[in-house]
Amino acid sequence: MRCTLRNYTKLHETSQNPSSMSDRRLIHHRFCHHFRYFLFYSLLLVLSGCASGLQTQQLRVNPAGFPDQKELSHTPFFPQQQYQCGPAALATVLNHSGVKIDAQSLQSEIYLPSRRGSLQIEILASTRRHNRVPYKIEPTLFALFSEITAGNPVLVLQNLGFNWAPQWHYAVVIGFNIPQRTVILRSGMEARHMTAMDTFELTWARSNYWGLVITAPDNLPATATAERYLRSVVDIENTTLKGRWQRVNTAYRSALTRWPNNFVAQMGVGNSAYALGDLPSASRAFRRAMNAQPEAAVAHNNLAQVLMELGQLNEAEKYARHAVDLGGAHMESYNETLNAIQQAQQYVLRKTEKGLKSNGGIP
Amino acid sequence: MKSPTILTQTISKLLLLIIVSMSAFAPMSQAALIGTPQLMNDSQAQQDRAYLITLLQRDELATQLTQAGVDMSQLQSRIATLTHEEVNTLTEQLDELPAGSGILGTALIVFLVLLATDILGYTEVFPFVKKTLK
Repeated sequence: MRCTLRNYTKLHETSQNPSSMSDRRLIHHRFCHHFRYFLFYSLLLVLSGCASGLQTQQLRVNPAGFPDQKELSHTPFFPQQQYQCGPAALATVLNHSGVKIDAQSLQSEIYLPSRRGSLQIEILASTRRHNRVPYKIEPTLFALFSEITAGNPVLVLQNLGFNWAPQWHYAVVIGFNIPQRTVILRSGMEARHMTAMDTFELTWARSNYWGLVITAPDNLPATATAERYLRSVVDIENTTLKGRWQRVNTAYRSALTRWPNNFVAQMGVGNSAYALGDLPSASRAFRRAMNAQPEAAVAHNNLAQVLMELGQLNEAEKYARHAVDLGGAHMESYNETLNAIQQAQQYVLRKTEKGLKSNGGIP
Repeated sequence: MKSPTILTQTISKLLLLIIVSMSAFAPMSQAALIGTPQLMNDSQAQQDRAYLITLLQRDELATQLTQAGVDMSQLQSRIATLTHEEVNTLTEQLDELPAGSGILGTALIVFLVLLATDILGYTEVFPFVKKTLK
């Protein structure tokens, strides 16, 4: 809009000659005429085009069997200060999950002065810092309402403006009313902001339905899928955060309560136990993983390594050899493990022989 | 001949303990254990590269964040909680990623509405806007 205005003024400035006055008028009128039509049709396009594919339409008949209305009214509220919707929304969900913190203290963790706002990535990072798992829900109203129904408020990113004039805003969805077709949010200065369901969906869709449920590592979001949840946990492992091994260990164990046969979670328990120096737990976890997936070379390899460090060299060698036989993507590591174990075996053997000889024993 | 056997056993146990403790601290053991992130579709080489790059990039990001106005005392903890991939993304797109800042001030909304109505000629608030209706 600003751009067209500028062109328009330029048009005026260039036509200094009084004789071109009528031309000027004509151009002026034609421009405004076209501009008005443009505004009208683009508005029509925006409204009709976007609204047709809304998920909200499917919820008209409530096929998922959600309660008619649900509101998590005990969710705390932190009114936002200027540009601080990020810290306010994050404080809301953190406190709900049991972390005592106010929006002010979160400013120093997620506010980016040059952008006058907070980035999604830094919200994830700050969640990890407070010993919580940031879980990105599936990009659907169904997932959103399922979490609300299960008692988990959801931190969402909305674009209240248009794609060409974005107005990014973090808020927390705390409820819905299906017959009234409304969504209830802790948003900005409003403790209980009611908005039409399709309006909400339009604003939420512009962030690709970015929604976050945060839980303590010993708890799981209601709609969590193994793949998505484990991605969140592995992401914690991929930081350089102090104390991350204890946290991911707990989180992998929680994952096993819902998906007892999940291979990645079993390996995760083993690897984090190993990082924490708990070799017996690590060996148990790797054994479990190996039994669940007998053809998985990684489980054999990791078990062999731990057994070697526990001094059970013969058993270690058996599994290391099996890993090499199975082969696969990490072949180099499997060979390394086997070599290390065989060297240790020879070393022990040599020393034992030497000891026997020097003491006059029979080799 | 009983005492040598006991001695040998003690020695071998001791040696074993040494080997075990050595292998526990040696970097070799790190290399041989396959980490959980490697099981999540990402190839080993990719991960190693990402890790090496981000070690350097964490420094670069610190510089960028300082320029963006982040307090020095907060830098380390803010960067430590990022994954290697996130460090990459931030270093490359710090100025482009959506930054949630909140609800538009009422003054700005009023300004935009009046600007639109001014252009359409229904209002006459701003003298710099040429009117449609004369």
